[in-house]
Amino acid sequence: MTTIPASWYLVLAAVLFGIGAFGVLTRRSALIMFMCIELMLNAVNLTFVTFARTMSDIGGQTTVFFIMVVAAAEVTVGLGIVVAVFRRRSSTSVDELTELQG
Amino acid sequence: MFATAYAIPDVLVFAAAALFILMGAIGVISMKNPVHSALSLILALLGVALAFLAQSADFLAAVEVIVYAGAIVVLFLFVIMFLGVDSSRHPHVEPLVGQRWLAAVGVLVTVAGVITLMVNSHWVSGVLSASTGGTPLATGYQNVTQLGDSVFTTYLLAFEATAGLLIIAVVGAVLLARRERPAEDDVEVEVEATRFDEPVAENDETTEEVEQ
Repeated sequence: MTTIPASWYLVLAAVLFGIGAFGVLTRRSALIMFMCIELMLNAVNLTFVTFARTMSDIGGQTTVFFIMVVAAAEVTVGLGIVVAVFRRRSSTSVDELTELQG
Repeated sequence: MFATAYAIPDVLVFAAAALFILMGAIGVISMKNPVHSALSLILALLGVALAFLAQSADFLAAVEVIVYAGAIVVLFLFVIMFLGVDSSRHPHVEPLVGQRWLAAVGVLVTVAGVITLMVNSHWVSGVLSASTGGTPLATGYQNVTQLGDSVFTTYLLAFEATAGLLIIAVVGAVLLARRERPAEDDVEVEVEATRFDEPVAENDETTEEVEQ
């Protein structure tokens, strides 16, 4: 009886990252894209925790701790930007934000 | 089949976590209504918390539920409600021809490449902690102790930097979400109007008293 191998969790994290990347590439709403970015961040967190267990190193979990803090700050500022854009354009669709070209 | 090699509870926990994560993630990218996407995100995050718990990251599992499934998803829902649920009026219109297929192919190639790399690398092929020379990570309270020791000694500088980052993020969010300048002028006008109203009200009271 051994524990679950790390490769199972790593494959799961890779699939989760792929789903999040597909969402970022195909969805139009800035809010949904933010949620997909959260999915990708969580996939990376899962990878870090898996390696922390495999390598018996608490540093991986500490990194996840800091990633969570940065993700919280990123969501706060990002949603502030979404609200500010919505005030000006009355839409959160990224296709309509074509004024920053060049 | 797997029960001979691995403990059945472990396999069940992994299967439940994988089910939650995949259902939630697919829900996030497939739901038309943003509120449903946010609720699917909660499911995916709970699955990730379960995977953390199964891998002796107890503190991070609690933080995942509290910060991600709690605070961040509530923030998403708050913004969705604040902006109004427009459910992204044209969710299936493709301005770029073939964008969906290109994205699917690119993602599949990337994920397959990553998995192939992991399969071919010796350091992810199932080498467990006991065989790497170190003792396995502690669980429960001991996990919190280990993580706290690490954060407040080895990574103390990074920890202090995150404090500054959080303050900057809060100030930036307040600045971004603040109303425009004309709205502030309106508020000042209203305040002045109420100031002019007050003496009138007092005069009314005095006249009433005189009448009484």
